Amino acid sequence: MSEDEAKGLQSAFRRKLLMGMAALPAIGLLPRPSLADVPTSVVNTTGLAVTDTEVTVGILHSATGTMAISETGSIESEKLAIEQINAAGGVLGRKIKFIQEDGASDWPTFAEKAKKLLVNDKVAAIMGCWTSASRKAVLPVVEQYNGMLYYPTFYEGLEQSKNVIYTGQEATQQILAGLNWVNKEKGAKSFFFIGSDYIWPRTSNKIARKHVENVLKGKVVGEEYYPLGNTQFNSVINKIKLTKPDVIFTDVVGGSNVAFYKQLKAAGIDLSKQTLLTISVTEDEIDGIGGENIAGAYACMKYFQSLDNPNNKAFVAAFKKMWGEKTVIGDVTQAAYLGPWLWKLTVEKAGSFDVDKVAAASPGVEFKGAPEGYVRIHENHHLWSKTRVGRAKLDGQFELVYETADLVEPDPFPKGYQ
Amino acid sequence: MFGDYSIGDLGSIFVMQGFAGLILFSVYVLMALGLAIIFGQMGVINMAHGEFMILGAYVTWMTSNVFQAYLPGLFAGYFFLAMILAFIASGALGMLVEWALIRHLYKRPLDTLLATWGLSLILQQAYRSVFGAREVGVELPQWMLGSLHVTDSIEVPINGIFVMCLTVLITLAVAYIMYKSRWGRQVRAVVQNRVMAGAVGINTEKVDRYTFALGCGIAGVAGSAFTMIGSTGPTSGQLYIVDTFLVVVFGGAASLLGTIASAFSISQTQSTLEFFMSGSMAKVLTLLAVVGILMLRPQGLFALKVRK
Repeated sequence: MSEDEAKGLQSAFRRKLLMGMAALPAIGLLPRPSLADVPTSVVNTTGLAVTDTEVTVGILHSATGTMAISETGSIESEKLAIEQINAAGGVLGRKIKFIQEDGASDWPTFAEKAKKLLVNDKVAAIMGCWTSASRKAVLPVVEQYNGMLYYPTFYEGLEQSKNVIYTGQEATQQILAGLNWVNKEKGAKSFFFIGSDYIWPRTSNKIARKHVENVLKGKVVGEEYYPLGNTQFNSVINKIKLTKPDVIFTDVVGGSNVAFYKQLKAAGIDLSKQTLLTISVTEDEIDGIGGENIAGAYACMKYFQSLDNPNNKAFVAAFKKMWGEKTVIGDVTQAAYLGPWLWKLTVEKAGSFDVDKVAAASPGVEFKGAPEGYVRIHENHHLWSKTRVGRAKLDGQFELVYETADLVEPDPFPKGYQ
Repeated sequence: MFGDYSIGDLGSIFVMQGFAGLILFSVYVLMALGLAIIFGQMGVINMAHGEFMILGAYVTWMTSNVFQAYLPGLFAGYFFLAMILAFIASGALGMLVEWALIRHLYKRPLDTLLATWGLSLILQQAYRSVFGAREVGVELPQWMLGSLHVTDSIEVPINGIFVMCLTVLITLAVAYIMYKSRWGRQVRAVVQNRVMAGAVGINTEKVDRYTFALGCGIAGVAGSAFTMIGSTGPTSGQLYIVDTFLVVVFGGAASLLGTIASAFSISQTQSTLEFFMSGSMAKVLTLLAVVGILMLRPQGLFALKVRK
C-alpha cells in the first residue's frame, strides 16, 4: 500500500470513527477538553518532544528480517491505536505523532534505534520489541536514558522494570490456568512437552513442569527441545506415539511451528482425539500452518479474535478496515494495541508526560475499552488479565471454551516455580 | 527407557523411526541435489539456494490459489503442475542471475559467496514486499494429507512417501543428465578444463547458464515439495541452507554419489540420536561428528580422483 493510499484510508477511518463515537464503549476515554489547556511547560519538564499541539512517540519493531512475520501485526495495531487516540482528541489535548524505527530482527540494532529514539528524537514513550532477546537488548537503554517502553509479547517473566510496561502475559499467568483446565476438563495426568530451544519455552516448561508435578500431581513423560527453525519432527512425533501422553504441551515457535503441525497431522495424530495445548500458536501462526492442520488443538492465552464482546467487535472491525479484510489478529497484536491506550490513560492520570511521573502513575491504571476486556496495571508493571482457552477451528479462528472467572494476578517472579 | 513398553509397541516404533529416517534422508537429498550441481559441478557457492527453493514454494502457493478460485474440480492434481511451474520459475530466475551476476565471477569463486549472499537478502526482501511479511499457508489436496494405516500402531505419512518417490525420480533424472547424456559430458568437461572445453567447440557460456538454471530449477521443485512439510515465508529458505551445505560438503562436493551417501549418514545419525535424546543435543552431536570426519577427510566422503 502506498503512503497516500494509507493516509486516505486512515482519514476515511477517522471520519467513520467520529461518527461512531457515540456507540463506542470506551465512554470514559472521551477527550477532556480542560486538559488541552495545560501549558507544555507544566506537562513536560524533562525536555521530551512535546509541543502545544503534538507529542512524539516511537514505534520500534522489526519490519524486515526473520521476525517481520510476527512483528507486523504489532506495528499495525499500534498505528491503529494511535490513529484512534488522535481521532478522540489525543493525549492531554495533543495529537500523537509517531516515528517508526526498524529493529530489523537484529538485537544490537534494536538497542541502537531505541537510543536514537530517546536521545535524538526525545520520544515520550516507545511501543516496541517483540522477542525477549530484543527486549533484553533495549532494557539497559531505556533504563539509562529514562524512557518508557510498552512491550506487547507474552514472555517468560523474571523481569520487572520501572521503565517498562508489559502488556502481554508473563508465563505463570498464561500457563497455569490452561494446565488446570486440561487437568479438570480432560482428566489429564500425563504431559509431553515440546518446545523450541531458547529461553521462553524452557522457562515456560520449567514452570509448567513444577505445576504438573507439584500441584496437579501428574507426570511429565517427555520434555524435548528442537533448535529454532528445525523442520523435521518425525522422531519426536514417534516418541509421542510411544509415550501416549494425555496432553501434548507445545511452545514451538516460528517456521518450525508449521512443520510440526503438518507432520503431526501426516503422522496420523488426530487432534480431535489427542489433546494438544499450545501457548505459542495465535491466529497469526495459523495463517501459515493452515487451519486444516491444527483444527482441534487448544491454545491458552488471553485473547482470541473471536471474543464476543462489544469492545472486541469494534476493534476487529476497525483493524480490518485499516489493514484489510483478510488480516487476522492474534494475542500479541491485541496486546500491542493496549500499549498506546494505556500510555495515554497513564499520562492523563499523571497529568504529565514526564517519564518518572508516568512510571509512578502506572499502577492501578484501568483500560475498560480493551478488546480482551477490562485490564489494569499491577504494581509490578504487568497487567491483570483473564486467561482463556480456545479451540482451533478449520477456518483458522479459535472458539472460546474456557476463561478464568477473575483477572489473573501477574507474578513475574513466581515462588515455588523457579 | 523401554522398560514400560511391550515388544509390539517397540517393534512398531522402530519401524516408524526407520521411516522417519528415510523421510529425513529424502528431504536432505532433495534439497541438496540442486546445490550439488551448482556447487559441486560449477564451483559456485550459492548462498541464495534457499531463496530459490522458496520461490518454488510461493509458485506452489499461487498455483493452489488459482486452482481454488478457477478450477476447483482439478484441485486434486494441481500439485504436479505446481512443481513443473516451480521448476520453470526458479530455473528462469537462475538463468537471469547467472547472466547478470554469476558469469562475471567464475574466476573468483569466493566472491560468489558474497554476491549470492547479497542476492539472498535481496530476494528475501522482494518476497516480503510482494507476498507480505507473514507466512502463507499452502492448501494441499485431500489425498496428500494424513497417513497410510498399516497396522494400529504403524502409520506412514503420505507426504513422506510422496517426497521419497519424488527424490528417487529426480535423483535418477539428474544422474542420467550428468553421467549419460551428451550435455552432461559437456558440463563435466567445462568444469574440468574450461579453456580446453571451449577449444574443442563446446559453448561454455551456454553450458554454464543451463547448468545453473537446472540447479536452481531443482531447488524450486524441492521448495514446492517442502510446502507439504514446512513453512512458506520470506525467510523460510534460511531454514534449509545450513543443512544443504552440510550435506553437499560432507559428501564431497563434486560427487553425486557422495551427496547421497552423506545425506544418508547424516539423516540416519540425526534421527537415531533424536530418538534417544533431545532434538538440540542430537543436532549438536551430528554436527560434531561431521566436523570430526571432515577434519580427517577434508575432501568429503567421496572425492573425484583428478590428476593435478
